[in-house]
Amino acid sequence: MPATRLVVATAVLLATVTVTGAVSDQGGWTATQRDELRSLALSALGPLPPDPTNRVADDPRAAQLGERLFFDTRLSADGKVACGTCHQPDRDFQDGIALGRGAGVTARRTMPVAAAAHSPFLFWDGRKDSLWAQALGPLESAVEHGGTRTQYAREIAERYRTEYEALFGPLLDLSAVPAAGGFDSQAGAWLALHPEQRQAITGVFVNIGKAIAAYERRIEFGPSRFDRYVEALAGGRRFDGILTSDEIAGLKLFMGKANCTQCHNGPLFTNNEFHNTGVPPRPELPLDDGRLTGAAAVLADEFNCRSRWSDAPGKCAELDYLVTGDHVLQRAYKVPSLRNVAERAPYMNAGQFGTLREVLEHYNRAPAAAKGHTELRSLRLTRTDLRRLEAFLRTLTGPIVVNGAARPPASR
Amino acid sequence: MKTLQRNSTGNAQLKYLMKGLQRKAPSRARRAASLALLIAVAVMASACGHVMAMIHGTGARRPAATEFGLGPRTSANQLYVATLETAGPLRPRRMQTLRVAIVDEAGRAVDGATLAIDGGMPQHGHRMPTRPRMTRALGAGTYEVEGVRFNMGGWWEFKVTINSERGADTVTFNLGL
Repeated sequence: MPATRLVVATAVLLATVTVTGAVSDQGGWTATQRDELRSLALSALGPLPPDPTNRVADDPRAAQLGERLFFDTRLSADGKVACGTCHQPDRDFQDGIALGRGAGVTARRTMPVAAAAHSPFLFWDGRKDSLWAQALGPLESAVEHGGTRTQYAREIAERYRTEYEALFGPLLDLSAVPAAGGFDSQAGAWLALHPEQRQAITGVFVNIGKAIAAYERRIEFGPSRFDRYVEALAGGRRFDGILTSDEIAGLKLFMGKANCTQCHNGPLFTNNEFHNTGVPPRPELPLDDGRLTGAAAVLADEFNCRSRWSDAPGKCAELDYLVTGDHVLQRAYKVPSLRNVAERAPYMNAGQFGTLREVLEHYNRAPAAAKGHTELRSLRLTRTDLRRLEAFLRTLTGPIVVNGAARPPASR
Repeated sequence: MKTLQRNSTGNAQLKYLMKGLQRKAPSRARRAASLALLIAVAVMASACGHVMAMIHGTGARRPAATEFGLGPRTSANQLYVATLETAGPLRPRRMQTLRVAIVDEAGRAVDGATLAIDGGMPQHGHRMPTRPRMTRALGAGTYEVEGVRFNMGGWWEFKVTINSERGADTVTFNLGL
C-alpha cells in the first residue's frame, strides 16, 4: 500500500539521516578512536610530576637563577658556550643541526627541552634520571661547555652569591682553591684538593644543575592545531575546517596502519621508553650501544636519584625496577616527543635524516639494524600515505610556553 | 610466550619451504642447498621471531571482555585465586604500586608466599618496560607489588607466579588500559 510504503520510506530516510548525522558529528571516529584521540591531546597531560630529588625544583627563585645560568656563557672553558648555545629559545630550545656543537662537536643531535620534566630518563640513551643530573653532563663534557666544576663554583661565588645563598645557604670560601680541577684532563688538580673542598665544590656544582632544572621545568608545549581539533570534537563544538582531509587521513594512519602510537602515544606522543628502530649509525662516529650502555650508566651515575646529592635518595623507583642487560636495549634510543616535530629537522639520535619524509621512508622500509634487532617491520605505505602522515605531523606544531608565556613556533 | 611465537613463525616458514621442495622433486645437490637454506631460515626465525612480532603483530587474539579485569582470577592449576587491588584506575606511562590478595580454593588467605611478576602485550610481543617486584607481604594473604608500568594503552597480560607451601602456580590477568 502506498501509505505504508511512504511511512517505511520516511522511516528509512530518517534513520539514514540520523545515522549519517551521528557519524558526521563524531568526525567518522569510533568511540575507541575518540578515546585514543583524547589520550593524545595536550589536555590529557596532567600536572608536572614532582621531582623530590630536587628540593628547589618548584621554587621560582631557583627558576630565575637557573634561567640566568642557562644563558651564561661564562659557565664554559672558553667563555663562549652556554646551555642556550645549543638549546636556543627561538628554535624550540634546539639548534637545527645534526650534531650539537659546543667547545667541539658532540656525537648526538641536541634534544629539545620542552616537557622534558615529564620523562623519567634524559638523553638519547637515558643515562641520567633527573633534569638536574642531566644539566651537569654537558657542563663537564670536553666537547660541550668544557669547563670544570671548580671553575663553575667560583663563578657562582663571584657573580651569583646572593641569589645562590638565599636558596642553598652559605658558600664555603673557595679563594684557596685553584681554578682548575674536576674534569678528566685536570684530574690531578682535582685529586690534589682536600676531600672536603671537593665535596663543597661538587655541592655547588649540583646546585647549579638543580637551579637550571627548576627553569627547564617551566618550559612546556602549548596547544597545536591537532589539540584544537580533538578539544572541539570532544566538546561537541564545530570541528570541521580545523584539520584538512589529508591531515585527518594521516592521523588515521598514525593511529592505525602505520603503528606510530605503539611508541608515540600519550599527550606528548612518546611512551618515554627506548627502542631500536634500525636507524643507521653515522659512519664517522663510533658504533654505540644506546640504551644498553645508558641503563648501566644511570645506575652508576655519580648524580643519580640514589646518590648523596639527591634530596630523596630513598625513593628511586625508576632505578629500583630498571631493565638492564637485556638484548632489546642494544642500540635502543629514546622515543622523542612528536610535538613541534616539524620545526626541528634534522632527526634521530645523530641527525641522520634531514627531513620528515626521510624519517617516514625509513619507517616504511624498515631496514635491518647495524647492531641488535630493529623493532620495525616494513609498513607498505603508499606515497599518498606518507604524504598524509607528514601532513598530520605538521599539525602537532604549537607554541613553546616558558614561565606560562607562549613563544611562537620556531618557523613562524 | 616468546618460545611459542618463535615456533609459530618458524613453522610457517618451514611449511612454505617444504611445499616448494615437494613440487620440484629435487636432485641431491638441490636438496642439500634447500636444507641449508631451511636451517638458515629456521635459525633466523628463532633469533628474530619475537622482534618481528613486536610491530608486525603476533596474531594473538584479544580475549572476551569477561576475561578482563582485576579478578578474582584462578591460577592455571587452580591452586590459588588472586585479586588485584589498585589505588585508582590503571593508567599508561605511570609507575604504579599494586596489591595482590591471594586465597586458596576454599577462600582462605594464603600467607608466606613469594610472588614473581611478568607480563607484556601478547599482540605486540613485548614485555613490560620495567621489572616489577613483590616488595612486602602485608598479611591476610595480601602482597605489595611495586614498579609496575604499562607503556601504552591496549591489552596487557599481567602474570603473577605465586610460590607457597601449596606449590607454584601462575595467575594471568588481562588488563585493558
